[in-house]
Amino acid sequence: MTPVLPPEFADLEPYSDWCLPTEAERYAKRLASSMDELQAFYDAAFPRLEQILAYLDALPLDDLPDDARLLLELTYSLVNVSFPVEVWRQPRVPDSGAASMDAIVEPAV
Amino acid sequence: MAHFPKPSEGSWTEHYPELGTSPVNYEDSISPEFYELERKAIFNRTWLNVGRVEQVPRAGRYFTKELQCAGTSVIIVRDKDGGVRGFHNICRHRGNKLVWSDFPNEETSGTCRQFTCKYHGWRYDLDGSLTFVQQESEFFDLDKDDYGLVPVQTEVWEGFIFVNLDSSNTTSVKEYLGEFGAGLEGYPFGEMTQVYKYRAQVGSNWKLFIDAFAEFYHAPVLHAKQATDDESRKLQGYGFEALSYVIDGPHGMVSSWGGMAPPKDPSMVKPIENVLRSGLFGPWDRPDIAGLDPLPGAVNPARSPNWGIDTFVLFPNFMLLVWAPGWYLTYHYWPTSHNSHIFEGALYFVPPKDATDRVRQELAAVTFKEYALQDGNTLEATQSMIESRAVTEFPLNDQEILLRHLHRTARGYVAEHQKSGTPVDSPVVR
Repeated sequence: MTPVLPPEFADLEPYSDWCLPTEAERYAKRLASSMDELQAFYDAAFPRLEQILAYLDALPLDDLPDDARLLLELTYSLVNVSFPVEVWRQPRVPDSGAASMDAIVEPAV
Repeated sequence: MAHFPKPSEGSWTEHYPELGTSPVNYEDSISPEFYELERKAIFNRTWLNVGRVEQVPRAGRYFTKELQCAGTSVIIVRDKDGGVRGFHNICRHRGNKLVWSDFPNEETSGTCRQFTCKYHGWRYDLDGSLTFVQQESEFFDLDKDDYGLVPVQTEVWEGFIFVNLDSSNTTSVKEYLGEFGAGLEGYPFGEMTQVYKYRAQVGSNWKLFIDAFAEFYHAPVLHAKQATDDESRKLQGYGFEALSYVIDGPHGMVSSWGGMAPPKDPSMVKPIENVLRSGLFGPWDRPDIAGLDPLPGAVNPARSPNWGIDTFVLFPNFMLLVWAPGWYLTYHYWPTSHNSHIFEGALYFVPPKDATDRVRQELAAVTFKEYALQDGNTLEATQSMIESRAVTEFPLNDQEILLRHLHRTARGYVAEHQKSGTPVDSPVVR
């Protein structure tokens, strides 16, 4: 597999399928994942969060190199799975039934 | 065990005696006939917020807004002189919907020099004037000056674009928004241009979702699982009391404390919130912009040092939430029938200066969705049970004063409309 993340974060390559540009894709992958999968991704990425942000903060947010942009997208996914892992213990929001909510506007980066 | 002082009458509700304190009948939320009256008396007569000026930054930028509740669709456009105009989205030739892409019932946006009808190619300038008629000589005494787009009253307040479909309306939006409008002027809405917007189809009357967001009495219970166990027990023990409630004409507001931004005790919040310094209440650190200190007069009316969030319920279907950490949130409820509506929630932040800012905002947006899904899902169940009419009257407590006021206001507009049979200009309960 061709590495897509910055070399400093090679340990997160196995989770590069979480590099997803839109909230809809991130949320869909969360719902389609098992708790074991969410936990494994969280356990790998969460301890690196501060290092990820320090790395990205040194770069211009509106002109990120491709590998850094993918790392940022992976970080958005970490945020998205934090609720299932830290609180819900299930991928779906409890008591949300069939309710759904679509992101219709979100930042480009 | 009151934690915050109430008015001398003993309660917020009794401070506004016209509200009464008896149980409230919810027929207004389940009756198809009442909804039809609301469409005429409310949605075709009051100022409706349809967007922000940032959506039309330059001449020729436009967006459409579907207003099923008022039986029309409108085009909002920035004209060549920099003004914001609104038109009914209908071609003057034979009534085709003028602006849409792919699906006629879906909203769209874009940039153009003029509007061209897909059907027969009639063209309209950005000021609505008809500029081109295909095979004009085939028509009979057609004067293009008589066939411009039909304008809709459109006004901008603090960057929020409002329309009023009542062509005889004489109340400005500023006047309509009353003391809250005046008291919010100067808030740096225009600096907060980083937007996250969500939309949901909800199977309930539009007022029921406003009810859900206009009281925090539910928060320690419905959202119990979102806090840590200890924190959750503590919150349920306290219950909820607002810092202050204010009612002005058809509008109302609740001012609330907010101990979560940042929390006094870091163990109260999720691990990722501690690392990112962000959560439901937004990023914990205020952005460095002018206009947040001091805040305009309508914000934090109790002048409480514990202030966290103000929720303005602007009649009929627009809520504006101003958060202590320097960002704002809007809710809109667009009815599609007596028991369905489209909910829109949008978060507005100062554009992030780096990735950390950006990820903090992402966490706030994700957290908003987690909560809103829980709030929305209870509503369809509520709607169906109220429709059973097994119970018709419901006791509302003092922390639910804005619900009492909202339903009373809706009933008041409908009653006034039925009585007069003709449109009136000013809010009836002012």
